[in-house]
Amino acid sequence: MSEYGMLIDYEYCTGCRTCEVSCKQEYQRPAGRVGGVEVTEYTHTLPNGKLFITNIPHFTRACVFCAGRVKKGLDPACVKHCMARILTYGKVEELVKMLPAKRKAMIWTKGSS
Amino acid sequence: MRSDGVEIIKTTTWSPGPGCHGGCGILVHVKNDKVIKVEGDPDHPWNQGRLCSRCLSMTQYMYHKDRLTRPLKRVGERGEGKFEEISWDEALDLIETRMKQIREDHGPESVIFHQGTGRDIGGWISMLAYAYGSPNWMFGLSGVSCYTPRLMMMSITQGDFAVVDASQWHEKRYDDPEYEIPETVTIWGQNLPATCPDGFFGHWYVDLMKRGTQLLVIDPRCTWIASRAKLWLQLRPGTDAALGLGFIHVMIREDLINTSFVEKWTNAPFLVRVDSTPHTLLRESDIDPTGSDENFIAWNPDTGSAMVWDVDAQLYKDSSTLPSLEGEFDVRLADGSIISAKTVWTLYKENAAGYTPQVVSKITWVPEEKIVEGARMYAQSSPSALHWGLPIDTIPSTIPTSQALNHLWVLTGNLDNPGGNAIARYAYDVVTYPYHSGGAVLSLPPETAEKRIGMHDYGPIRDFRAWAQPDKMLEQIFSKDPYEIKGMWIQTANPLACTGMEPQKWHKAIKKLDFTVCVDLFMTPTAMLCDVILPAASFLEKDSLKAWWVPLNAIKKVTQVGECRSDIEINLELCKRFMKDFPYQNTQELFDRLLSSAGLTYDELCDNTWMMPPEGHPSKPYFRYEKGLLRQDGRPGFRTPSGKIELFSSWLEKWELEPLPYHEEPPYSPVSTPDLFKKYPLILCTGRRMGPYYHSEHRQIPWLREQQKDPVLEIHPDTAQKYGISHGEPVCVENWLGKITVKALVTPVIHPDIVMAEHGWWFPEKEGKEPCLFGVWDVNVNQLIPMSHEGKGGLGAPIKSMLCKVYKPKG
Repeated sequence: MSEYGMLIDYEYCTGCRTCEVSCKQEYQRPAGRVGGVEVTEYTHTLPNGKLFITNIPHFTRACVFCAGRVKKGLDPACVKHCMARILTYGKVEELVKMLPAKRKAMIWTKGSS
Repeated sequence: MRSDGVEIIKTTTWSPGPGCHGGCGILVHVKNDKVIKVEGDPDHPWNQGRLCSRCLSMTQYMYHKDRLTRPLKRVGERGEGKFEEISWDEALDLIETRMKQIREDHGPESVIFHQGTGRDIGGWISMLAYAYGSPNWMFGLSGVSCYTPRLMMMSITQGDFAVVDASQWHEKRYDDPEYEIPETVTIWGQNLPATCPDGFFGHWYVDLMKRGTQLLVIDPRCTWIASRAKLWLQLRPGTDAALGLGFIHVMIREDLINTSFVEKWTNAPFLVRVDSTPHTLLRESDIDPTGSDENFIAWNPDTGSAMVWDVDAQLYKDSSTLPSLEGEFDVRLADGSIISAKTVWTLYKENAAGYTPQVVSKITWVPEEKIVEGARMYAQSSPSALHWGLPIDTIPSTIPTSQALNHLWVLTGNLDNPGGNAIARYAYDVVTYPYHSGGAVLSLPPETAEKRIGMHDYGPIRDFRAWAQPDKMLEQIFSKDPYEIKGMWIQTANPLACTGMEPQKWHKAIKKLDFTVCVDLFMTPTAMLCDVILPAASFLEKDSLKAWWVPLNAIKKVTQVGECRSDIEINLELCKRFMKDFPYQNTQELFDRLLSSAGLTYDELCDNTWMMPPEGHPSKPYFRYEKGLLRQDGRPGFRTPSGKIELFSSWLEKWELEPLPYHEEPPYSPVSTPDLFKKYPLILCTGRRMGPYYHSEHRQIPWLREQQKDPVLEIHPDTAQKYGISHGEPVCVENWLGKITVKALVTPVIHPDIVMAEHGWWFPEKEGKEPCLFGVWDVNVNQLIPMSHEGKGGLGAPIKSMLCKVYKPKG
């Protein structure tokens, strides 16, 4: 059985939080309530003294990976609108092949159901 | 229409709505005449299906409970917050009567037409001002400090504007075979992913990074994009010209100049008189009494005598010899006297010689080795593109600063080349928003045009862009000299919360006027003071068109909200009332006229939604200066007085400004005001962009406001500790002009000697009437920035480089 998931090429995530609002629009979730995705920003001073900002989108328990959209052959709302195009939804085995070679990235699995 | 009753309409974003400068293609989902969803259009080359959070929030924006949907008339005292709803007919009749009365009693110039940032307004508000008869069309930011200084400097340097080529002229974008990925993009003072400024889509740089572009970022803050740069230079605010000149110094010293380009396409070989100051370009009329004062002089090394550059023919008269690029020569003038002249290039090198890395490091705080590294990285990359931001405008030294930076792409030949800085014109030459004088829908008779405020004070204000100078305008409201200001029409602007420096002064000024109108979508601190408020339609509720820069886009009305009308319709209706024989009966006729240069009608444009100018059109790159596509006469060269790129600027010479770039200290700084600096020991920088908001907009939109509830001050951990300030706690920011209290955002991204405050804040949820005015006085950082500190030339203001102290609020 194929498991689906989200490839997050987060080194290019600029922290614009378009994913958050695209999700809220898609499901008409009111402000103040959890949406399907949230972005967290980290500012680190690396061992060489260089400042480095990392943004990580994470998919909450409220995320259904846009099952309805996907069924219609559409991308999840966040994947479609991501300004930096860092999100790819698909079969985990396919996503693994797409992992970028030269930078950190992650795959967020949906879990089979 | 789909089976579920949803109709999907293709259109283009602009304002009102996301607030930005627009340009994204979108698909609007409409059901029962109501917009239920907005998505990016994957077929539009600009955004390729993406869309930012402000646009994705359009349903909350359009159908917000606080949206103004009917015209309002003030019934209480100004600022008391008492308004009553009136009909459009009543509102327009009232405006017509009051404004015609002012025109009769005081002349049309006594009404100011005040617009905000680059929204869908420039064409329509100038049309209204001119139909009324006023020359005082104005953007209210002190020193017109938003893109205009850079546009002006580009216009006089190479006759055209130039922007980074991120493949936006190609339908296939990065995959177009004509396009080249820039080896380096230098991002000078802009946090791009947080903004889409000046006709640019910020995330194009992420696309380029993925395709191999390396970044050089110049910013006092370590933004996300700075943290991804190969080299980040953290400079002191307001010292950009010095850094630019430092780059030029290194490029000259290390022979990194594209000499053949400079020799062929710039005025580097022209001779400048150095026997007296100011130095001036030699003209044919100086050496020959019958010669033209528009022709320039160079040195013929073969004959050892002067040779004449004929600007009409774009050739050297009687000579096929290349002129000397460098040297000092004795030139015989028409009266027989001999004077000393140097080539522009010789003077240029002498000018740059003083800006050694050592000198520049001291001015800018950037380490010497990084200045050298930055100059090499920019000049040795090919193609190399330079993107600059608003901080280049928001300093009083904006003219020499813009000039130095513009010279970087000239000295390396990165002009109108694929992946460099491409010349940017309105698509198909369709002018919907005139950036410089000319191109407006209507024109004024010379005797009225002459009354424009500031045009007799400043050359660039007179000759470049047809705006009134805002600092002089505000002074004139109080001085009444040379004439009284009686009314203000405010549209797409919120001077009390955003564009106005010293906002208390604007507050007093607006309240002093006899009649004021505000056109907006929501009640704002500024609207609260006005006599009539008209409800404007969002971009999804109106027809319009957009050509900034490419493609040419249609904006289509998809629905109606309340009784809101578009800015264009409002202005067109009033134009008919103010001007006898106003030539357009409706927006369709107006749009068709504007589209005539493209050979299109508005309906045809709507059928296409967007159109890219074809190959060979003057609004499509590349290398148009070689092909004769830039000049009216079809000759190769540029649209400047000499036809060359003017390193030594004949326009600046004419305006009695320094013709070559130089560094000038900000008016308040550790260097220029050391005593003040002891009392206010931090540099106050303002105006960095906030993702969810565009300037003073969107604080009432729930999906956006939840991303950031309160205004913040960025402060370095060491500095915060020194002053006992904790992250997330209130902090007072104060100087000799005013004080605000905001939340501390303690972060290492900012330099320890600089604090960064956000602009545009007010609280729509707070009480609107005076004295509260939506809490604007508690948080508006412009209270710490003066008016009337515009730079030489009337452009630029100290918005990025003030001084302040910070402390924990008492009690």
